[in-house]
Amino acid sequence: MSVTVSSPADDTPLLRVSSVSKSYGARTGCEDVSFELWPGEVLAVVGESGSGKTTLLNCISSRLMPTSGTVSYRMRDHTWRELYRMSEAERRFLMRTDWGFVHQNPADGLRMTVSAGANVGERLMAVGDRHYGNIRSTAIDWLGRVEIGADRIDDEPRAFSGGMRQRLQIARNLVTSPRLVFMDEPTGGLDVSVQARLLDLLRGLVADLGLAAIVVTHDLAVARLLSHRMMVMKDGRVIETGLTDRVLDDPREAYTQLLVSSILQV
Amino acid sequence: MATPLVVSEVAKGFTMHLRGGLKLPVVDDVSFSLRAGECAVLGGPSGAGKSSILKMLYGNYSVDTGQIIVQHRGMLVDIARAAPRVVLSVRRETIGYVSQFLRTVPRVSALDVVAEPLTTAGADREAARDSAAALLARLNLPKTLWSLPPATFSGGEQQRVNIARGFITSHPILLLDEPTASLDAVNRQVVIDLIAEKKQAGVALLGIFHDQDVREAVADAVIDVTRFAPKKVAA
Repeated sequence: MSVTVSSPADDTPLLRVSSVSKSYGARTGCEDVSFELWPGEVLAVVGESGSGKTTLLNCISSRLMPTSGTVSYRMRDHTWRELYRMSEAERRFLMRTDWGFVHQNPADGLRMTVSAGANVGERLMAVGDRHYGNIRSTAIDWLGRVEIGADRIDDEPRAFSGGMRQRLQIARNLVTSPRLVFMDEPTGGLDVSVQARLLDLLRGLVADLGLAAIVVTHDLAVARLLSHRMMVMKDGRVIETGLTDRVLDDPREAYTQLLVSSILQV
Repeated sequence: MATPLVVSEVAKGFTMHLRGGLKLPVVDDVSFSLRAGECAVLGGPSGAGKSSILKMLYGNYSVDTGQIIVQHRGMLVDIARAAPRVVLSVRRETIGYVSQFLRTVPRVSALDVVAEPLTTAGADREAARDSAAALLARLNLPKTLWSLPPATFSGGEQQRVNIARGFITSHPILLLDEPTASLDAVNRQVVIDLIAEKKQAGVALLGIFHDQDVREAVADAVIDVTRFAPKKVAA
């Protein structure tokens, strides 16, 4: 019996990663990683500290030049561009508009000495918005979506709690309607109750906006809640990949079984 | 669409790497098909692999060998080999699943948990909530609970939320993993009625039921899972 796997015409990946490796001298960061990411798809990259997941994230988000391999991105005009053949200015523009990057530590992704409103507005100005009233109202709207009151718009993020800072960083990233967002341990360092709220918020935003996202986390519960698909990394290599619930409920590789069996039950 | 799902020669085992690579065969040579408008029941004792079969059909468990062919968007898809995003598309449109336990999401109300499969398929949020409310009312879940997250609900209340979430869509195939396990007689009857309505609508159902009375009320065919027991290989 011949079987055709359905592939609708509009089904083109957004990002293609081919054989990406990064070594630091003799030490391996990540090795021979290939995958594709489709619009609206959330991919979790899991593994313990030192498994190469952050190195991989940095390589595919233009923050760290890989030693070998290519990263190609489908632009809004449907042309494919190879990331490391773009000019530095083009890459930075992409990073400020069509992409977002949510850091584990909000201070790395925010400007701590300007107001919350300006943090959000700055990204809008990068895409050419110059109308102060529009920028302010869009900023208020986005602060509301991440559950920060409009009365905090003129406060600096220094005056915010960790959870609020992280929500502000998310608003700052999403305000330009990016198509692809990278997240490095987005809930790391937050209290569990704050984590749950943030996860729920992220889950809703990702679904509503149809975002593609790559989420690096060592927390399998975060991967379960946020992602469609999972890659498990060990010693710089991808050792198992598949649908998130399949990998977690029926792990095949020894290391994945160890990770899953190490989750604490509450 | 008389046979929307065909399972052929499926085998599955677990390799327990943390137990020195111990191999646990689960099922072998699983072959059956589902018919539209009928409810088939997986029969056999605990541990025979009934839940594992349901989970393979849903793409939740991997398949070692064999095929699970489903009619999806006018094409044939092999769940055993399909890419993750194809499996997700099948779950959105073609195969529904009522699991034994509800996996709750923090802060999401019971009503929205039930409405979610419709809204992710693109339905209007208010219309989806109306359908969700109608189902929860039918399953006698007190209205005071609808706006609360189900994490703190009793087992039976969670199960009813889970059932409503599974039955709200119009998937042509519906898998049921002991949907009546923690329900009282009144609500068991509601589930029996809901299954009958799905059959009327031409849905192919496959279920595991431990209640004898529910099984007798809904089953059009019984698939004896013990015939798929792995053969002992002669040493």
